Amino acid sequence: MATQIAVTGAVLAARGLDKSFGSLVVASGIDFELPQGARYALIGPNGAGKTTLINLMTGMLRPDRGQIFLGGEAVTALGPAARVKRGLVRTFQINALFPHLSALEAVALAVCERQGHGGIWWRRLPDYRAAVEEAHAILASLHLADDCYRLTHELAYGQQRLLEIALALATKPKVLLLDEPAAGVPRDESGALFGVISGLSRDITVLFIEHDMDVVFRFASRILVMVGGRILVEGSPDQISADPRVREVYLGQKRHG
Amino acid sequence: MLTSLGGVLFDGFAYGMLLFLLSVGLSVTLGMMNFINLAHGSFGMLGGYVTVTLMDRLGWPFLATLPAAFVAAAALSVVLERLLFRHSYRAGELDQVLLTIGVVFMSVASAAYIWGTVQQPVQLPDYFTGSFTFLGVNFAYYRLFLIGTALVVTLLLVAGLEWTRFGAQVRAAVDNQRMARGLGINVNLAFAITFALGSGLAGLGGSLAIAMVGLDPDFAFAYLVYVLIVVSVGGLASIGGSFAAATVLGISDIAGKYYFPALGSFLIYLVMVGVLMWRPAGLFGKR
Amino acid sequence: MASAAAPHAYLQQQARWHWVEIVFWLSTLLPFVLFPQYLQLASQIAITALFALSLDLILGYAGVVSLGHAAFFGLGAYTAGILSKFYWGEPLSLLVAGALVAGLVGYATSWIIAYFRHLALIMITLGLGLLLYEAANSASWLTGGADGLQGVRIRPLLDYFNFDLYGRTAYTYSLIVLFLAFLVTRRIIHSPFGLSLRGIRENPVRMPAIGAPSRAHIRKIYTIAAVMAGIAGALIAETTETVSLETLSFQRSADVLVILILGGAGRLYGGIVGAIIYMVARDQFSGVNPQFWYFWIGLLLVAVVMFLPNGILGGLARFTESWRRRSR
Ligand SMILES: Nc1ncnc2c1ncn2[C@@H]1O[C@H](COP(=O)(O)OP(=O)(O)O)[C@@H](O)[C@H]1O
Ligand SMILES: [Mg+2]
Repeated sequence: MATQIAVTGAVLAARGLDKSFGSLVVASGIDFELPQGARYALIGPNGAGKTTLINLMTGMLRPDRGQIFLGGEAVTALGPAARVKRGLVRTFQINALFPHLSALEAVALAVCERQGHGGIWWRRLPDYRAAVEEAHAILASLHLADDCYRLTHELAYGQQRLLEIALALATKPKVLLLDEPAAGVPRDESGALFGVISGLSRDITVLFIEHDMDVVFRFASRILVMVGGRILVEGSPDQISADPRVREVYLGQKRHG
Repeated sequence: MLTSLGGVLFDGFAYGMLLFLLSVGLSVTLGMMNFINLAHGSFGMLGGYVTVTLMDRLGWPFLATLPAAFVAAAALSVVLERLLFRHSYRAGELDQVLLTIGVVFMSVASAAYIWGTVQQPVQLPDYFTGSFTFLGVNFAYYRLFLIGTALVVTLLLVAGLEWTRFGAQVRAAVDNQRMARGLGINVNLAFAITFALGSGLAGLGGSLAIAMVGLDPDFAFAYLVYVLIVVSVGGLASIGGSFAAATVLGISDIAGKYYFPALGSFLIYLVMVGVLMWRPAGLFGKR
Repeated sequence: MASAAAPHAYLQQQARWHWVEIVFWLSTLLPFVLFPQYLQLASQIAITALFALSLDLILGYAGVVSLGHAAFFGLGAYTAGILSKFYWGEPLSLLVAGALVAGLVGYATSWIIAYFRHLALIMITLGLGLLLYEAANSASWLTGGADGLQGVRIRPLLDYFNFDLYGRTAYTYSLIVLFLAFLVTRRIIHSPFGLSLRGIRENPVRMPAIGAPSRAHIRKIYTIAAVMAGIAGALIAETTETVSLETLSFQRSADVLVILILGGAGRLYGGIVGAIIYMVARDQFSGVNPQFWYFWIGLLLVAVVMFLPNGILGGLARFTESWRRRSR
């Protein structure tokens, strides 16, 4: 099999990923690298296979072919939880939260699992004071401290989107893949949300999917354009905005959501 | 030995056809809506009691009670579907299990209250009581009739699913419910009709079952287990799969009881668990 | 208000004993004074409550639906019964033996259980339960088959307290075991593990995405629940000195499900409240019309699912909540 391909400087790399659902090809020959500390945007029309790519990278789907490297090490055979343990973490386009846990409980759950307390049944949760306080601090950093005792399903939608990110942060990610973090958030609020994202520590490498081009050009250092299961181009915001092929895709397909 | 083998195969096949009639409806409805209907056996039981009552109290001939059993079970299923079940399609499987177990409990108790807990006798018409022997195997007329009925039903089902507009809608809904809705198919209506047809077939199976396996209020639970085995081994929404699974189950159950009476139904349950572990979607299931 | 408290202090507050709980446990002593003629029934209730509590751990907290939980109850009962018949009848060690056997089988099957969800899980738990029932039925040389196990002989508790006709010892014993198991359950619920279980129940898809080993958690809680159910089964064998096939039956699995749902799953006291109501009602009504008992249970089940989705305790919680809001 493909051995350790030298992926110097790249924290996350994909090599020749293919995936089809029956006759529908959703990923074909995907190659890319995320350098340490990068802020990448992944754009492309609806149904291009962006979410599928995140599913492949995080192990929620198995690729038909190809390899995934995390910190130069192949993780293709690992399950989702094992990849999270190594620092490859995602959020979901459609909220995947714990409706009847409070925000604090949900984040504390993620912190405890990271610290390996998840199987401890003979001590009480509040005895893990440091873990609880860390959870609270994460929520506070996302402006959720005031509502942290409310049940997740009672939170406003925008707060739930933030909680998506809080859960991911609680796992101390090295690489964070954000699947349309602002999906469904009104335009005037999405700026604040991306403010939070751009304020994340540079120790965390970020790839985000987003449709709003203003936001993409503001927050991304580099952009990957995906169309029909392929990566069409990769480049800096200036290169991408000048690229005729990208224009064609986006003029031909105005509506995307 | 050989003759007994022939007899076991024949009886087992007839029994399998019974199980097929009792279970094919559940297989299709489960595949369509993922609605776990543990009350399916109750519709079979209802069919049985309809036949017994019409024959005993009103003097109907046996054959005339069969359509009545079908209609009664189908009608009751529509009422329950509209009244209760449709509220739980979106709920989790736990709610569906609880709701339908509740219906089973009520049906069993009602049957015991109305008809008592004793086995119901059924007097088959004379032309069904005989048998003939061929190559040393005893062929009972009634079992031949049972097999014939089941084969006709199978053909009708397969043809209906393949060649009618309604069948195409059902197949689309089984394949991908969301896409079917997107195509403008009224999935809820198609489901309600399928549900009624499937329950009606169970009712028919129930009335055909009396002469072979008897009828008492335990029927709803006892045959539910067999129905679930057929569905889980045969796979969801697969008529061929249900047919094959029911045949194998019928023959192996009869053979097991004939050759290894001490083991009871142990082997069957073992096979069921084994198949589920090996292929959770059943031997013939697509998903 | 709440947001002013430090987070761990707030969680501590949540885990603290409520005065209602203390009143409840004190009132479990009332039967000794008020209904001394019903202590046998009270001990059956305590045992059923323990069984329901064990189901709550997997179903109410981890969201793992089982239609075959009676397997572990029956295993505990037969283990205690058979050992007492052939070897020794010391109740406490029999309890441990019942727990051990049920726990071992629970652990072995948990490797299967943890891999499945939804319909397949329901069928597999049902199938495993039926399998064990048939096995016990076939092995009549050991289990007595359909006639039940005869000749169970239990020594006095601690070699001092006889299991008397009125059930004084039986109730005391069952109540103490129930309370101890409750303490363990309560601790589990408020532990990080308990939180992870609720996470699995709330969103099994998200759990691996935060790095949680859901399957290992499910295996663990399934084993713990099997141990508790085994203890309940051993208790029933000891306090009634008989074991019937019924302890392994689907009916028994369905009953405990009904009891838990009636009381309210995932609420710690749901199984206990459900057991009290169910057992008392059965005792009252079964004299009238035994075969019709299940009609009302069925109706109740349908009504609970349709109108009281969180059981009696869930309904009560909602009621007190809205009452509190109004009076504010
Ligand atoms: N589990 C699946 N089974 C079948 N098709 C799927 C599945 N998941 C996604 N698809 C299809 O793959 C294509 C790409 O989907 P997705 O990755 O969600 O696109 P994007 O996130 O770019 O909008 C779509 O056509 C979608 O319908
Ligand atoms: Mg997407």
